[in-house]
Amino acid sequence: MLLETRGLSKNYGAVVALSSGDLSVQAGEIHALMGANGAGKSTLVKLLTGDVTPNAGVILLDGREVRFPSPASARKAGLASVYQDVSLVPLLTIVQNLRLTGTTMEAIRPWLEELELEDVDLTELARDLPTPTLHLLDLAQALASMPRVLILDEVTATLPADLSERVFRVARRWRSEGRSVVVISHRMTEVKALCDRATVLRDGATVGVVDLESSGQEEIVSLMLGPEAASVVVSEGSVADREKVSKVDRRPAVEVRGLRSGILQDVSFTLQRGEVLGIVALEGQGQADLFECLSGNRRPAAGEILVEGKARRFRHPHDAIGAGLVLVPADRALALLRQRSVLENIALPMVNRLRNWGLINSGSERRRVKSAIDRLEIDTRAQSRVMRLSGGNQQKVTIARWLATGFMTLLCFDPTRGIDIRTKEQIYKVLRELAASGSAVLLFTSEMPEIQLACDRALVMYGGRVVAELSAHDATEAALLRAAHGLGRAAAAEAAS
Amino acid sequence: MSTQAVGMRGGRWAAFQRQLQDRPSLVLVGVLLFLVLLIGIARPGTIGGTWVANTILFAAPLGIVAAGQTLVMLTAGIDLSVAAVMTAAAYVAASQSYFGSIRAVILALAVGLVVGLLNGLGVAIFRVQPLIMTLGTGLVISGSLLVYSLQVSHQGPPAVPDIVRYVGSGKLLGSIPVSALLWGAIAVIVIIGLRQTGFGRLVYAVGDNPTAVRLAGVRGWLVLLVTYVLCGFFSAVAGLVLVGAINAADLSLGDVYLLPSVAAVVIGGTSIYGGNGGYAGSLVGALILSVLSSLFTLLDAPDPLKQILYGAIVVLLAAVYVRTAGDTG
Amino acid sequence: MSAAATAGRPPGGPRFGRLLRRNAWTLGTYALFVAVMIFTISIHPDYGPFEVQSLVVGALPLAFAAVAQTCVVLGGGIDLSIGAMMAVANVLAARYMLGHDFQTALLISVAVLFGGTLAGALNGLIALRTKVPDIVVTLAMSFVWGGVALLILPKPGGGAPDKFGELASGSLFTPWIPNGILLLVGVVALVWIPLRFRGLGLALYAIGSDRTAAFRRGVRVGPTRVFSDALGGFLAACGGLALLMSTGIGSPLAGTIYTLSGVSAIVLGGVSLAGGRGGVTGPIVAAFVLTLVPADLILSGTDPNLGQVIQGVLIVLVVMAGGLAPLLRRRAPRTTDETGVAAA
Repeated sequence: MLLETRGLSKNYGAVVALSSGDLSVQAGEIHALMGANGAGKSTLVKLLTGDVTPNAGVILLDGREVRFPSPASARKAGLASVYQDVSLVPLLTIVQNLRLTGTTMEAIRPWLEELELEDVDLTELARDLPTPTLHLLDLAQALASMPRVLILDEVTATLPADLSERVFRVARRWRSEGRSVVVISHRMTEVKALCDRATVLRDGATVGVVDLESSGQEEIVSLMLGPEAASVVVSEGSVADREKVSKVDRRPAVEVRGLRSGILQDVSFTLQRGEVLGIVALEGQGQADLFECLSGNRRPAAGEILVEGKARRFRHPHDAIGAGLVLVPADRALALLRQRSVLENIALPMVNRLRNWGLINSGSERRRVKSAIDRLEIDTRAQSRVMRLSGGNQQKVTIARWLATGFMTLLCFDPTRGIDIRTKEQIYKVLRELAASGSAVLLFTSEMPEIQLACDRALVMYGGRVVAELSAHDATEAALLRAAHGLGRAAAAEAAS
Repeated sequence: MSTQAVGMRGGRWAAFQRQLQDRPSLVLVGVLLFLVLLIGIARPGTIGGTWVANTILFAAPLGIVAAGQTLVMLTAGIDLSVAAVMTAAAYVAASQSYFGSIRAVILALAVGLVVGLLNGLGVAIFRVQPLIMTLGTGLVISGSLLVYSLQVSHQGPPAVPDIVRYVGSGKLLGSIPVSALLWGAIAVIVIIGLRQTGFGRLVYAVGDNPTAVRLAGVRGWLVLLVTYVLCGFFSAVAGLVLVGAINAADLSLGDVYLLPSVAAVVIGGTSIYGGNGGYAGSLVGALILSVLSSLFTLLDAPDPLKQILYGAIVVLLAAVYVRTAGDTG
Repeated sequence: MSAAATAGRPPGGPRFGRLLRRNAWTLGTYALFVAVMIFTISIHPDYGPFEVQSLVVGALPLAFAAVAQTCVVLGGGIDLSIGAMMAVANVLAARYMLGHDFQTALLISVAVLFGGTLAGALNGLIALRTKVPDIVVTLAMSFVWGGVALLILPKPGGGAPDKFGELASGSLFTPWIPNGILLLVGVVALVWIPLRFRGLGLALYAIGSDRTAAFRRGVRVGPTRVFSDALGGFLAACGGLALLMSTGIGSPLAGTIYTLSGVSAIVLGGVSLAGGRGGVTGPIVAAFVLTLVPADLILSGTDPNLGQVIQGVLIVLVVMAGGLAPLLRRRAPRTTDETGVAAA
């Protein structure tokens, strides 16, 4: 065994990020590390590369115990990593960044060619280069140290497909030379195509190792989700209710006409009251720009947004909220006041008008907050500071905020990313209930199987456009995947039938 | 932090730590009582009604200016112009007393409001770092004051208006300092304002996470603007109380209060990164610093030694606080 | 889109333009200095060696204070005790140099510089070990050093051999180039040139720019921080000695103003308080501007007391102008990573 870890654990104060990380990587294999967000993958990687030091457990390299007090020492031992957040110093040029790691130009040049980066001006400041380029440069630099184990932490998440292919090519080459690669990715197809074995983490502990040749995705998914997952996936009771409700009260809540912004090109659609409309897209197809514009966080370059039939221009999220459009972002860190209490977090939008700057009616506030907490079943045992809640409960707080404040249209951007299946189920239940009571919900999710579970219909985006519309019935994972890869409506429809 | 909570560590120590993290003022009150006890031991018979009244009297200007500094630091800022504003307000009040006390006091408070407004505009709208912005306005104010003092010098020496003197050094019922009552009133307003009003919530929110505040539809710049205006106002009030207590205005009156105003807030447990803390802590912090000076004076410590110990104790208290409360930034 | 993504800017683009853009602020500071200098000469036609000499002697302590603060701020910190450390160096030197010859004075200087380095390192170590924010630590340490200065010399006094003062005010070659400027250039070059071209300097900029990224690149963050603070202490001690050269006596309170005016100079000189950006020449030139302006006011018959007002307005306006650019740019679509929706 080339690299092995036993019982690695790490906690930050009272928060346990990894409780028992076991991993074994053979020489000449591409090994996947999988698990929901917050399962501990990134923490395990950081321990392996000396970015943080473990509280307990051992790392064995060639059967010998090693300790890495810093990334430099891990690199010296033959472990190099490309992190998901770029780790080039922004205010230094690329050349200077290379000098920090002691990488010579001779060592890195072949890898720049391999990754087709010859044209990049290395005297630019890192900050002035686009993120995908920086990721590839980071990779080239890691390769230049000729690591025995190359670790790729969700590198492809921000890369367009053709750049990802360059990364995979390098990974395969690494394997053919008898070295190893550890890949972290959420994309099942990618993992299936590239990797030999997968270690699955759940709730900070290793729960299994899967041979990708012989076993299917289902095995990985059920490991990732835990024992109760299967039961939820089959419980389609809510779908029946939905059919009934969806007949009621269909008026347009929001109409989008010819919207352009960022990579968004001429997007038009109508969101009805009483429906959950799903948006499906691979990473970076314009879905983020769409939600930004609708939530008032950015002014669109062209096109209009009609709310209840009236054209609106949002200059600040304040205006969108005033018009009834509220956002639940994917990254909880952006929406939460980490040091403040659950109550203050949920009540935050209630004080967003000048006239509410005075004394707070704590009785009515507490009632509204409590009803939102109860509805989402938030665990409030550690409520004095939101950062002490688990990820799922934190996400619920970001939704509860709008339940307590009131809204017409809920914009949910991947609200279930990296949270456990039970929380997911609760969130989808609430979304269905909201639609049933006449609200409109726009839901982007990166997990395609969930479209059928939660939505009435789905729009698929590709390259900044809406390329397909599918009813919940037709929105199978296969159909969505095809459409999301820009394979055309015909092909998608074919796959559905 | 990119990690999510997978679980919590239990145990009584962790629970205690969490308690401390939420209520830093408990520790501080302990420190304060300890210092008082120390004085009692060092000079038996000192502690009494008069001593308490005098200590509060001398702590009042610091406590009031710390109220403004607390608000600003809760928004993750800092105001280095407080001392200049204190001095300017005091001097303006004294030099204008010739035209009537009311006018003098109003002008003095206006100085604070205007400087606060300038700071707020720079920080909230032009996004200048608070440290630089308030450093700049501080220089402008003390420079302007110098010029102003030369222009009004022909009116004769500045005289502290009667109301100001009454507020600064007067005593009600023979023993309760008026400034203590004023400070108490301000403390009640600030503490309740931070806990129980929409504005108070937003002060914390802006310091904790400006993006979240924006996404919740709050106009964060307005919160910052009002915060800096309030800080300017409180600084001006503190300046008036100070000049009332000393009964003489000069051009460096408030200078010595700049560092203690920050120190009181920091040892009071307000995070310099914003979003956490409160005025109750700063209030106790101001008392601790005042009692500390009183202790040094009683021990006949020479001034330089006093200063050294003062600095060392501030670092020590801040370190103890960081250790008990854990990393909250 | 991917082709554009990899290529970044067109290769072989206008390098000169980029150089200009990256150093725009520093160049602006130079231009400001030239403008102020032209103004000075226009109101004072017989500007001569004596005036140059008094400018240099007057600006020297501030220039050192600014360079000291620059070293700390580039590394992502701030040191509010620089003025107090200058005061300690100043009184220490003045007290022990009094009545001694030049050589002893030089020996004492070396000891003082060593002490300054230790004091700076102490600041850094305390901040590192206690995890108290450096702004708080150095604020408190400014009390401590201020007290120490008063212990050494309770009121202005002491002195230094005349020859020591000539290190700043004399002139070795031509009266147009006072020794002070050579001293400044010499010391800064001694510290800066090796720093700029060695790994340590790069590490300093790296931790100021992004501590996590720097750590992952292999920079030893803790030691580098302490090093930058120690360097700040060393240069603050230089400033204290320069103060002694220019005034001839030691004064326990004279140093204090240099903390804040040093910060002013680095802001004016284009050093980002957020760390990692700026150089050492900008702050030095800014120190000369800040010294020249009040002198000009006297010459032009304006109230010299307005000097401080102008200094403050200058700082605020300059920084606002710097802050205005991104404000205007924000009207254009933002990049996704600043906004609410984009993923972690």
